[in-house]
Amino acid sequence: MTIEVGPKWEPTAGIATLVERSRIVAIMRAFLVERGVLEVEIPILGGCSVSDPYIDSFEVFSESIEGFLQTSPESYMKRLLAAGSGDIFALGKAFRAGEIGIKHNPEFTMLEWYRVGWNEHELMAEIAELVSTLRPSIGCLTMSYRDAFMQHLGLDPHDICLSDLQKYVSSSAGDKWKSESRFNCLNYLFTNGVEPKLPEGLVFLYDYPECHAAFAQLYCNREGQVVSRRFEVYLNRLELANGYFELTDPREQHRRFDKDKQARVAMNKKIFKEDIRALAALNAGLPSCAGVALGVDRLIMQLLDKNCIQQIMAFGWTQR
Amino acid sequence: MTVYSTSDFRSGLKVMFEREPCLILENEFVKPGKGQAFSRIKIRNLKTGRVLEKTLKSGESLESADVIDREMQFLYEDGEFWYFMEPNTFEQYQADRKAVRNACNWLSEQDLCVVTLYNSVPLTITPPNHVELEIKETAPGLRGDTATGGTKTATLTTGAVIKVPLFLECGERIRVDTRSGEYLGRVRD
Repeated sequence: MTIEVGPKWEPTAGIATLVERSRIVAIMRAFLVERGVLEVEIPILGGCSVSDPYIDSFEVFSESIEGFLQTSPESYMKRLLAAGSGDIFALGKAFRAGEIGIKHNPEFTMLEWYRVGWNEHELMAEIAELVSTLRPSIGCLTMSYRDAFMQHLGLDPHDICLSDLQKYVSSSAGDKWKSESRFNCLNYLFTNGVEPKLPEGLVFLYDYPECHAAFAQLYCNREGQVVSRRFEVYLNRLELANGYFELTDPREQHRRFDKDKQARVAMNKKIFKEDIRALAALNAGLPSCAGVALGVDRLIMQLLDKNCIQQIMAFGWTQR
Repeated sequence: MTVYSTSDFRSGLKVMFEREPCLILENEFVKPGKGQAFSRIKIRNLKTGRVLEKTLKSGESLESADVIDREMQFLYEDGEFWYFMEPNTFEQYQADRKAVRNACNWLSEQDLCVVTLYNSVPLTITPPNHVELEIKETAPGLRGDTATGGTKTATLTTGAVIKVPLFLECGERIRVDTRSGEYLGRVRD
């Protein structure tokens, strides 16, 4: 006798896991609401793509419209901030094409929030409080990106010249890296030499290299090096969140959009129309603020001790 | 020639890495917050058996390795080479010591083996999981001792040395698991 095997219809997460997930998400939402942060809903199907050359959005075509599934709520939230919303958060889906793996699902849940009048260090402290609410005894370490590099690789990521950096990387990664950019070389070293050695618990890294600025402001650190006011959060060595002391200068923002566009051209990637509404909002005036985007699925994975992102989603990518 | 991009990488894929045929054991998609995505792969060099970890940029590609598994009959050895024959085409292949490695401990003439060919040259030989071999040398048997579970060493006709139960005698045929080198049982004619 043969048994017919039909398509796998069951959820990729167990029901008990989904109960836990619902509880965690409710706590996160309540945490921000109780602190007076306003929940906002923004379009998931937006009008513009992302400028970042290393992030790809899904393009959506139908009879009358062309749109993009949003890779983050960032540009809409900045338009709200410019319109005087005050502190806001958005908890919802974001989409990134091509990002599939045990820690990546192309459709995922992001919690992004902005604090007006705060700097990045005040926001990092709030993130630590949020995670402590969910896991009370969690250890927490805060250090600069430079100190993490010095400690684990013995080199200064801001001072090292590009050719030395390329030599260092290509000695382990191969000749193809000999002409790689500073940004990619540092990412390679960080991913292979620093991240695996981070301690358990929460780790906040701040003062990223200038080439990692994205939408963060620049400043001069104590060593007199120009660094970006960007931070990243790791939980048990898993990258969890990424935040900035936000850039508010529209001219500088425009310059960075142009740089992204040039990088896209150099990589033979499609160029999309500029997000002119986001730029206009910056022209109108973004208040001084700090913002962060946190991967909700990643946080749940760590809290529930699961290795694969699909195990904490009702229907992960491969069974959608 | 097939070319695999990082997004095609799966465990079990045979690819060329630094001009050596390799088997992909694991592939992990790695992407730092902002920036280039990587594929971190764990591969086994099929010539040396060494396992290494490498990081490739997303979008990089590797050529497929011209590696195929064929079932062949072991014919004989002449001290330098081991000779195998494809039973359907009668095509013969000679494998050197590097390819045969530990398989020579278990091969008897006529055995069907898996010969892994790389560019039509034997790269590795996988003997059958279970083989029957004769004991050439061992201490005299303790008759009737089939219960105590004690063992002694025995040298087989192929030269392999394994542990066998105390009651076995020279000249007896036994069945052996080639993956672990364990004694499985006595073969009664």
